[in-house]
Amino acid sequence: MTPRTVKLRVNGEAREGQAEPRLLLADFLRHELHLTGTHVGCEHGVCGACTVIVDGRAMRSCLMFAVQAEGTEITTVEGLGTPENLSPLQDAFHRHHALQCGFCTAGILTTMTALLKEEPDPTPDRVREVLSGNLCRCTGYIPIVDAVLDAAEKIRAAKA
Amino acid sequence: MQPKPEGLDPKTFIGQPILRNEDARFLTGGGTYSDDVTRPGMLHAAILRSSHAHGLVRGIDASEALALPGVVAVYAWADIADIAQPIPIRLAPLVGLDRFPQYCLASDKVRFVGEPIALVVAESRYIAEDALNLISVDIEELPAIVDFAGASAPKSLLHDAHGTNIASAYEVQRGDVKAAFAEADYRRRETFVCQRHTGVPMETRAVIAEWDVAAQHMTVWGATKVPFPNRATLAKMLGLEDKSVDLIEVDVGGGFGIRGEFYPEDFLIPFAAKKLGRPVKWIEDRREHLLSAQHSRDVSCILEIACKSDGTILGLYAELFVDLGAYVRTVGGVVPAKAAQFVPGPYRIANVGCSVQIFLSNKTPVGTYRAPGRYESNFFRERLIDMAAHDLGIDPAEIRRRNLVLGSEMPYGIGKLVPYEPEGEYDTGDFVAAFERALQDSDWNALNARQGEDEDGWLHGTGLACFVETGGAGPKETARLVVRKEDGGINLFIGSSALGQGHETVFAQICADALGIPFKGIRVFHGSTTYLDEGYGTYASRAIVMGGSAVLNTAETLIETMKPLAAEALGFPNEALVWKAGRFETESGGSSIGLAELAAATAQEIRADGSFSSTRRTASYGTHVAHVAVDRRTGKIRLIDYYVVEDVGRIINPLIVHGQAVGGVVQGLGGAFLENLAYDENGQFLAGSFADYLMPTATDFPSIHCTSLELSRAPSNPLGAKGAGEGGTTAAGAAIGNAVSAALRKYGAEVHELPVTPSKVWSLIAQAKAAAGQ
Ligand code: FES
Ligand code: FES
Repeated sequence: MTPRTVKLRVNGEAREGQAEPRLLLADFLRHELHLTGTHVGCEHGVCGACTVIVDGRAMRSCLMFAVQAEGTEITTVEGLGTPENLSPLQDAFHRHHALQCGFCTAGILTTMTALLKEEPDPTPDRVREVLSGNLCRCTGYIPIVDAVLDAAEKIRAAKA
Repeated sequence: MQPKPEGLDPKTFIGQPILRNEDARFLTGGGTYSDDVTRPGMLHAAILRSSHAHGLVRGIDASEALALPGVVAVYAWADIADIAQPIPIRLAPLVGLDRFPQYCLASDKVRFVGEPIALVVAESRYIAEDALNLISVDIEELPAIVDFAGASAPKSLLHDAHGTNIASAYEVQRGDVKAAFAEADYRRRETFVCQRHTGVPMETRAVIAEWDVAAQHMTVWGATKVPFPNRATLAKMLGLEDKSVDLIEVDVGGGFGIRGEFYPEDFLIPFAAKKLGRPVKWIEDRREHLLSAQHSRDVSCILEIACKSDGTILGLYAELFVDLGAYVRTVGGVVPAKAAQFVPGPYRIANVGCSVQIFLSNKTPVGTYRAPGRYESNFFRERLIDMAAHDLGIDPAEIRRRNLVLGSEMPYGIGKLVPYEPEGEYDTGDFVAAFERALQDSDWNALNARQGEDEDGWLHGTGLACFVETGGAGPKETARLVVRKEDGGINLFIGSSALGQGHETVFAQICADALGIPFKGIRVFHGSTTYLDEGYGTYASRAIVMGGSAVLNTAETLIETMKPLAAEALGFPNEALVWKAGRFETESGGSSIGLAELAAATAQEIRADGSFSSTRRTASYGTHVAHVAVDRRTGKIRLIDYYVVEDVGRIINPLIVHGQAVGGVVQGLGGAFLENLAYDENGQFLAGSFADYLMPTATDFPSIHCTSLELSRAPSNPLGAKGAGEGGTTAAGAAIGNAVSAALRKYGAEVHELPVTPSKVWSLIAQAKAAAGQ
């Protein structure tokens, strides 16, 4: 299978790379663009670890081919904040101890970032419902829900 | 909600809810997990696994695979036969187990679905996986053994040479069980089953190996848990000295007992890298993980209790049946041995007997998963105690209160219930205090008054479960402290591995207090064999007890090492100097010197090595309370609230301990309600994806309350720490079994089996109704 050139925007930058038609977007981001913050936990669409934001929507990058991402705008965990300048959601995760091993974290941060953009004031149940598409084996989810609600409040307060 | 630490000394780092050092990199995609490791010229491996539960390997033909462009090599048994060694048993060597080790590739037989048959190495993972389909394997199927009945009346033998499928069998006893049962007012005997389930970390296993021909040195990335023993195993298998092999621990996406043991791939990938002279990476996929990473639990028990009519427990007798799968892996008989040892739990039971049957089956080999053996036994015992309480007309809290070992009885001897260990004990503890605290936190009296209450078709039930477990001991752990020249900070190297628990933070807290220096200046390096000559690793909740104590000891050595240097620099005799808040001061006060100045003034590196060893285990204990509602029309179960109170001796970081407790509870609840590594009667595996193997999600268990206490310091280590991290998991199956049974009391239905699923509950209700002629 001959590789094709895939052009897209990732974290605000124009990027391109080579992808066989069957190359998963997750593998393309990780191994072709070297954005290894996106993780792969199941490769069958259940765990959510590979979630990235594609044109504003949280998508599982293990269920998309890289060639399908041609021309899209993608945000990965690397685009959410930096160690010196964490996003309000990342900061809330830190304060609430909402991560242990950190393997699920990227997918949860992207999922919740997309949620808070669409729904800035979700109820706890709504957060749980959306979060239920991501598996975390370490935390028991409770601190994650707390962190998301806390971040939502901070983001709203900053806007007000 | 931040956990409220109790009884803290605010002057120190130990005991403070310090936010974790490791978070920033994990939150921004900056972690380095195994699959993030890339080496120049790296090849990729995939493994052909048996799709048969049991069969004779008649032939393997890889010619088509080898012809595929991009395929570099295919290795099968014939390629490793001349150097192949079995995977050694590291722990719990019960008599007989060593007859059934696994080799890294199947030779003449396959014995479980998922057993490695061949290794493909190719230019990309995609090509390697394509090639798997091109290898033809001729297997002549044999009947599969899937349960004890099949194993003990063998129509088929897994390992023909040994003439049996029973890997080991033994009896242990303390007191006089026969006499106790003879004099008892009350006896009851029931059969319980704890299903096969396991750790399932979110990151799958991984091995990346690189052979440096010039240096004759092997480097392997992806190690964790016990890197030092695994290095020794790999070195031996490759015919190298230990020092010619290094295992590197990068960030690890969860372990829970199963990850980091020595697996076939831990030999196969380095073997291929050495043969080919190129780095080779293998990343397990999720199906492979569910198939071939160690399973756990899978214990059945016929348990009998003998009581006085006032509820005093006189004796327990357990017949345990433990399915170890097709081979005996690194952790040997830990699961059966610990299941047997913890049958009596935290109660004063003078007479305890266990008959343990450990059998082989055509299933994935079993290892240890968080609270190994304990989770199972807690379920069996706590269920039977509730049944006894009900029969005797005693409140479930009262029967426990009457039988819990008292603080005044500590240390409490628990006899010799483990064949390969000396007599055991519970070192310290106030079991009753933790128990009463749990009743208070959960408002037990109010909940108990609602047992069986029908609220619009939902039946309320609340269950109690008490536990104790011992851990935090074993081979010595080592540490090294180095004063950094550039800024006088400390580099802390530790043999303990980290699997996502927050060790970089916790060890820094301990070190900061030991030296009286700021937490920020301490950098922690852990788990890789390159850092230290020896060390061990992390299992059985030992990291803080052993590693933390090693840090304390090493800090003392460092101060002693630095003293003459400081004396020289300041021009005072050693005796005139005192170490205070990270500086040497003269007793009179006048002059002082800190770490940075000392490092700058000294030509050589300032460092100290130290270690800690202890064979005395620490006892962590506590109580779980579960409040459920069961829909009597559908069998659906809602967890309303869940409480855990545990004593962990000394809390280094309450934030992390609380996180471990809550996360541990949810894992335990996964085992209680959802998770099942199911097989059919032919040994075919039925749980090969996350759609089949259900784990807890965010909507399942929203209301969990954990309290960690510092009631009793451990005498065995200078920190006074006890194992933490398993207490949330260990009694979850037990508490849920009791809560659901309490809800179903009006039907007289009792939970005997985990997981407690809606369909099982529905059947229990239907059967009870049918029996009552309703
Ligand atoms: S890796 Fe994509 S959902 Fe699990
Ligand atoms: S933090 Fe480990 S899986 Fe979520």
